Amino acid sequence: MKFNVLRTGFTLAACAALVVACSSSQSGGGGQTPPKMEPLSAVGQGEGALNLIAWAGYVENGSNDKTVDWVTPFEKATGCKVNATIGNTSDEMLKLMRTGQYDGVSASGDASLRLVFAGDVAPVNTSLVPNYATISPFLKDKSWNSVNGQMYGIPHGWGANLLMYNTAVVTDAPDSWAAVFTDAGKYKGKVTAYDSPTYIADAALYLSKTKPELGIKDPYSLTSEQLDAATELLKAQKENISEYWSDYTKEVQAFESGTSVIGTTWQVIANTIGTENKVHVNTVLPKEGATGWSDTWMISSKAAHPNCMYKWMDWITSPAVNAQVAEYFGEAPAQTKACEHTTQKDFCDIFHATDEKFASQLHYWTTPQKQCVDGSGDNCTTYDEWVDKWQQIKG
Amino acid sequence: MAAAPISLTVRRRAALAFLLVPPMAWLIIAYLGSLAVLLVSAFWTTDTFTDAVVHTLTTDNIVRVLSDPTFRAVALRTIGVALVVTACCIALAVPLALYMAKVASPRMRLALVVAVTTPLWASYLVKAYSWRIMLSGEGPLAWATGYTPGYGLTATVITLTYLWLPYMIIPVFAAFERVPDSLIDASSDLGASDASTLRMVVAPLVFPGIAAGSIFTFSLSLGDYIAVTIVGGPSQLIGNVIYEKLSTNQPLAGALSLIPLTAVILYLLAMRRTGALENV
Amino acid sequence: MLSSGARRAVTVWTVLVLVFLYAPMLLVVVNAFNKSRTFSFPPSGFTLRWWADTWNSTGMWTSLGNSVVVGLCATAIALVLGTMAAFAVQRYDFFGRNTVSFLVVLPITLPGIVTGIALNATFTSVLGVTLGLATVIVGHATFCIVIVFNNTQARLRRLGTHLDDASADLGATPWQTFRYVTFPMMRGALVASAILAFALSFDEIVVTTFTAGPTVQTLPIWIFGNLSRPNQAPVINVVAAVLTVFAIIPVWLAQRFGGDPATTRV
Repeated sequence: MKFNVLRTGFTLAACAALVVACSSSQSGGGGQTPPKMEPLSAVGQGEGALNLIAWAGYVENGSNDKTVDWVTPFEKATGCKVNATIGNTSDEMLKLMRTGQYDGVSASGDASLRLVFAGDVAPVNTSLVPNYATISPFLKDKSWNSVNGQMYGIPHGWGANLLMYNTAVVTDAPDSWAAVFTDAGKYKGKVTAYDSPTYIADAALYLSKTKPELGIKDPYSLTSEQLDAATELLKAQKENISEYWSDYTKEVQAFESGTSVIGTTWQVIANTIGTENKVHVNTVLPKEGATGWSDTWMISSKAAHPNCMYKWMDWITSPAVNAQVAEYFGEAPAQTKACEHTTQKDFCDIFHATDEKFASQLHYWTTPQKQCVDGSGDNCTTYDEWVDKWQQIKG
Repeated sequence: MAAAPISLTVRRRAALAFLLVPPMAWLIIAYLGSLAVLLVSAFWTTDTFTDAVVHTLTTDNIVRVLSDPTFRAVALRTIGVALVVTACCIALAVPLALYMAKVASPRMRLALVVAVTTPLWASYLVKAYSWRIMLSGEGPLAWATGYTPGYGLTATVITLTYLWLPYMIIPVFAAFERVPDSLIDASSDLGASDASTLRMVVAPLVFPGIAAGSIFTFSLSLGDYIAVTIVGGPSQLIGNVIYEKLSTNQPLAGALSLIPLTAVILYLLAMRRTGALENV
Repeated sequence: MLSSGARRAVTVWTVLVLVFLYAPMLLVVVNAFNKSRTFSFPPSGFTLRWWADTWNSTGMWTSLGNSVVVGLCATAIALVLGTMAAFAVQRYDFFGRNTVSFLVVLPITLPGIVTGIALNATFTSVLGVTLGLATVIVGHATFCIVIVFNNTQARLRRLGTHLDDASADLGATPWQTFRYVTFPMMRGALVASAILAFALSFDEIVVTTFTAGPTVQTLPIWIFGNLSRPNQAPVINVVAAVLTVFAIIPVWLAQRFGGDPATTRV
């Protein structure tokens, strides 16, 4: 009796496995053209709910700080109740979007194209988002948020990955990334770096200025040799790494407890450390330039609440709200009119919000592909290879 | 006292089927079926640009898992950590369990059992973060003793030992409890020292309980990827590698899962011979 | 029984291990009142703010409710299925019995990340089910079954069959035997395993991460999310401190009514 049950069970499981294995091959995106999809033609009534994936600090509803809340007014105005899931890295956000259970995501350039080509996000009808018209023109139709002239999202804001240091320990006011690469030994095991394969681009950027013979022009278009050079630099850096950070409470804690004294950061982390008043930090944009991010709100192709998502995209890019989130997070707002609404009058100047020249000097997170993103050929390394290298670096 | 095997009459067979089919059906469909899906997915591949899964069969992933030096290094490190954690848990738990079972008064025993199992209710994450503070350069340990190992593999071992200790104490305590006092008395009456009694009389009886506890500490440490990101500094274990690969290459993550899976099954089979599974 | 030297040695060791077990818990309690948002040590000040924040946090209450619901459902399923499996294995001899014992133990011994990925792949790609409370319950029930099975099996083995046989000899039907003889003797094991299964389900995060959708938050997931919010992180210490104190009740109950501690199983 038992014998039969066991045997039947195993056979069933094996059959299930076989069926699954032999099922027709899924077309995971034809490679260089996104799947054909129609954008929404009109925004109707809100569906009553909205599931978002966002960077920490982008969707604040007062639970973090009672005075920081632009979600509750949205919920009141549109009736769309917001559920926000925080993604710590672009890879996490991609994983979550792939489940198909979210309506939208604040995607950085190293996730956006992967989402577009896999068909996870739908093209956006920008005429349905009134605030889009007054968004900084240099953020529109960029390589990371559009394909063949079709926009796939609404720009949110942008910023740089800065160098942050503890002023009491690091007394020589560094202005170069050499402080975390070639001179990292000075800080003996107290250097920190962002925990993502995208960080390889930071190493490549440094090498492009210090080792021009490698011929690196764009930190995201790396040949195998260039990738190997960047990997070697990062392996050497690892000797001095205290820990890699991905959630920013960890970095705040690390700086406050003295575990880390120097490393890459986002402005919002420096702001948080500043308000705690335990250690004093300074941030600087080093002379070699920096990588950065330019975030775009994208709508899922499987969105259950598309109307709410369009309403959100319009809300978050409205002048007052975009100013609020930009000031809280410490980034340049995408909305040009937001500059009139910031509490700090010269906020936009400090962050070069409308300075197109400055913006063009940052190397925004982008997904490395075989066909070099800077158009220089088709022998570049892919993101998957970067992931492998990143794991080798960590050892 | 095991029951003598009874020949199965038709009614007993029906009763057995009634008892066995629902749990086995659940186990096979919900659990083994899922594992089968995971194993099958290990033979698939991904589209190089979008990272979406493509259902064409290939053994590339398995080959890669077996040959890549980074994966091998991480796997060995993880198994090493799991073994060290197990050893630490055994060292901490055995004398404690001996005290609880043989030295403590019954009221003290109840209090100790409660004391040892209550930490299981405090959240795993909170405990791990608490160790992050404990071991930080300006934390309680450094403040009290002037030294801290900082974040890294040592901190990871300490934290994992802490987290899984109750899982070792419970079966070992139960095993000690089952050793009749009269046996220990008889041994010392015959002239054996404490050390000899413990070594030759008690240890063999308690060993299956220790083995049972070690199954938990070994497998829980083998798959852990959260504690190491909290206190491990720049280190990574096989759980992290699997987790990171999930977004860009799910089939490879599935193939990598074979490493902890195989390690635990081998460990279970080895422990089975010691009778640990009866004590789990 | 043991020499006084040995007794002294193990007593000292016990004290040390207890210190090891409770020092971090003490730190958690201290941090529940710590003014600093990032748990800095020494504490920067005393405040009850986090307690107020926790009490007012709708997220916390919702996730606590979800965890309780998931725990109760998973434990209920596990009690039924685990007991059935334990009876089958202990009271009957059949081909493949050892294999069944081995297989049943797997869900709790295989690493959570493997179980989580496997369940996720099955739910999303094969069955096309939306992840939610039900999928979390399925995941939790699977390992809770193991705990009930282990404890019940151990108790049954220790009880032996002579009382059951006597009952049958006196003319009771199998159901009457179960109800009046076996079940009362086994009750303690069921209580102990139910409480332990609930505890494990309550604190489970790895499998839950992979089986809960965006809308379902259990307490561990809520705690995890709060760790990324620098202004809210300390509330998790309040939650943990309260849970630990409250947990003494069920733990003590389990020991008091669990009967024979010699057969306690994880």
